[in-house]
Amino acid sequence: MTQRTVRVAAGQGFWGDWLEAPVRQVQGGPIDYLMLDYLAEVTMSIMQKQKSRDPKLGYARDFVPLMERILPDVAAKGIRVTSNAGGVNPRACAEAVREVARNLGLSRKVRIALVTGDDILPRLDQLLAGGHELQDMDTGRPLSTIRAQVLSANAYLGMAPIVEALRGGAHVVITGRVTDTGLTLGPLFHEFGWDRNDWDKVAAGTVAGHIIECGAQASGGNLLKGWRQVKGLANPGFPVVEARADGSFVVTKHPGTGGVVSVASVSEQLVYEMGDPHSYITPDGIADFTSIRLTQAGRDRVRVSGIKGRERTDKLKVSIAYFYGYKAVGTLVYSWPEAYDKARAADRILRQRLADLGLEYEQILTEFVGVDATHGPLSGPPAPDIPEVQLRIGVRARDKAPVERFTREIAPLVLTGPPSVTGFAGGRPEVQEVVAYWPALIDRTEIEPGVRVEILDP
Amino acid sequence: MATSKPSKRRAPPAVRRSAGPPVRLVQLRYLAHARSGDKGDTANVGLIALEPEFYPVLVKQVTRQRVARHFRGMAKAVERFELPNLNALNFLLHGALDGGGTISLKTDAQGKVYSTALLRMEIPVPADIARRVVKPR
Repeated sequence: MTQRTVRVAAGQGFWGDWLEAPVRQVQGGPIDYLMLDYLAEVTMSIMQKQKSRDPKLGYARDFVPLMERILPDVAAKGIRVTSNAGGVNPRACAEAVREVARNLGLSRKVRIALVTGDDILPRLDQLLAGGHELQDMDTGRPLSTIRAQVLSANAYLGMAPIVEALRGGAHVVITGRVTDTGLTLGPLFHEFGWDRNDWDKVAAGTVAGHIIECGAQASGGNLLKGWRQVKGLANPGFPVVEARADGSFVVTKHPGTGGVVSVASVSEQLVYEMGDPHSYITPDGIADFTSIRLTQAGRDRVRVSGIKGRERTDKLKVSIAYFYGYKAVGTLVYSWPEAYDKARAADRILRQRLADLGLEYEQILTEFVGVDATHGPLSGPPAPDIPEVQLRIGVRARDKAPVERFTREIAPLVLTGPPSVTGFAGGRPEVQEVVAYWPALIDRTEIEPGVRVEILDP
Repeated sequence: MATSKPSKRRAPPAVRRSAGPPVRLVQLRYLAHARSGDKGDTANVGLIALEPEFYPVLVKQVTRQRVARHFRGMAKAVERFELPNLNALNFLLHGALDGGGTISLKTDAQGKVYSTALLRMEIPVPADIARRVVKPR
């Protein structure tokens, strides 16, 4: 008797990942679910800015043209889509996707759901007044110290609203801030009817989600072991999880695609962005990464099993973005002979000029690309006849003026500094606003009652 | 599984300790692969043995102290965790990213090449293993 499997495919590893990937996942083989992650740590602050300028914005706009490309296949094949593309305006995103479905004549076949309740910016002051300090998890500082600079605040929701949306018949589920792993857990718990308090199943789904949440980084991309032998990366196969009711699953990819799925590729992804492996904490439970068993089960198939987990905590993580200051980075290329010495001389001259002008920075950082930009002092000195060295110098300050002035100090070095310099045609570097990330914790009882799932009328 | 074999390698010097079998200093590059990432201002490096037999050597020799010394001036504090199920160790390098994320001015603001930085480190390895990963002169 064949065991039933549920196939969850990764559509992209981040907002900006390969545009073709989700299309090829949908067209290149049988899948049941497509998950797409759009939210990095400070993405919500960009979206809040957009929404404050135009109330119909505030979500990942790329998601809409992608839906236009894949909805016909999604509808024809009965695939369902989970994504956090909703950002701080899941409603606007869902309505835009519904418009696409209508234009394609698919609005009766593709039901769209949105999830809200993660955005706590509107009641942030209430929460602070109520005694929730929202301390920075790394430093312990209370949020009140930077309240005036806060740009966005969203709790990480887990799988529950996604399960509810799928149960309600939704084919496309659009959320705001939800954990990447939740986008995979939701489909698995819905399909298999697992108990939310079965911690080993929660952990299994969490690990499946962690493996595929960075897209091709589990299937041959960024693979250090044996990288020369990885073939076909011009057409990388993004990973697909074939999950079973017992919590074990196989990681694979569509036939005819490039890359590789091996114990090595899955292992490298498992350790990526990992803290304490015994306690990988999510809103839904805690996974023990030291319990994972990997076995190569045929070409481009890795079986994952034995995963154990523990009860979820009483807290949810909150991602807060706040305005920090400004930064800018300038570069110039110095050529042989004596490229490194010339680049260092230029750095000394530039720093002297900044100091003589009385300009103050929180940080001035110099790196020499080709020498020490990746490994710092571990690289040792460069070869004396190195062909070229890129001087890369960055500054950061709370105020804009000193950063602005710095951007005007790069080009003059070409005519007023050491010789054989080039690579400045890009023009003046731009001043960037720095939005920083403030991770905090909040009682889940403050968030969960406000979470809503709405399935749009066609 | 394919293993990359670098083409030109000198046999490393033998380091004979007063008691016990001969050992040689070998760069981690020949014993493990790695991937690194970020969590705020912390870079994590997952170090995975190239062959399961190498894992006990990694556990014994790639100590938290050695890694902290290797990254002196680059990281403020180092933690180590073991994952015997994956033949892996996980290191957290705190304060390694100039603030990390959007704050950092580094080329490697997200710690993506701390992996290869760790692979530069040398450890003493039993001579029979050293012979397997390094061609004799």
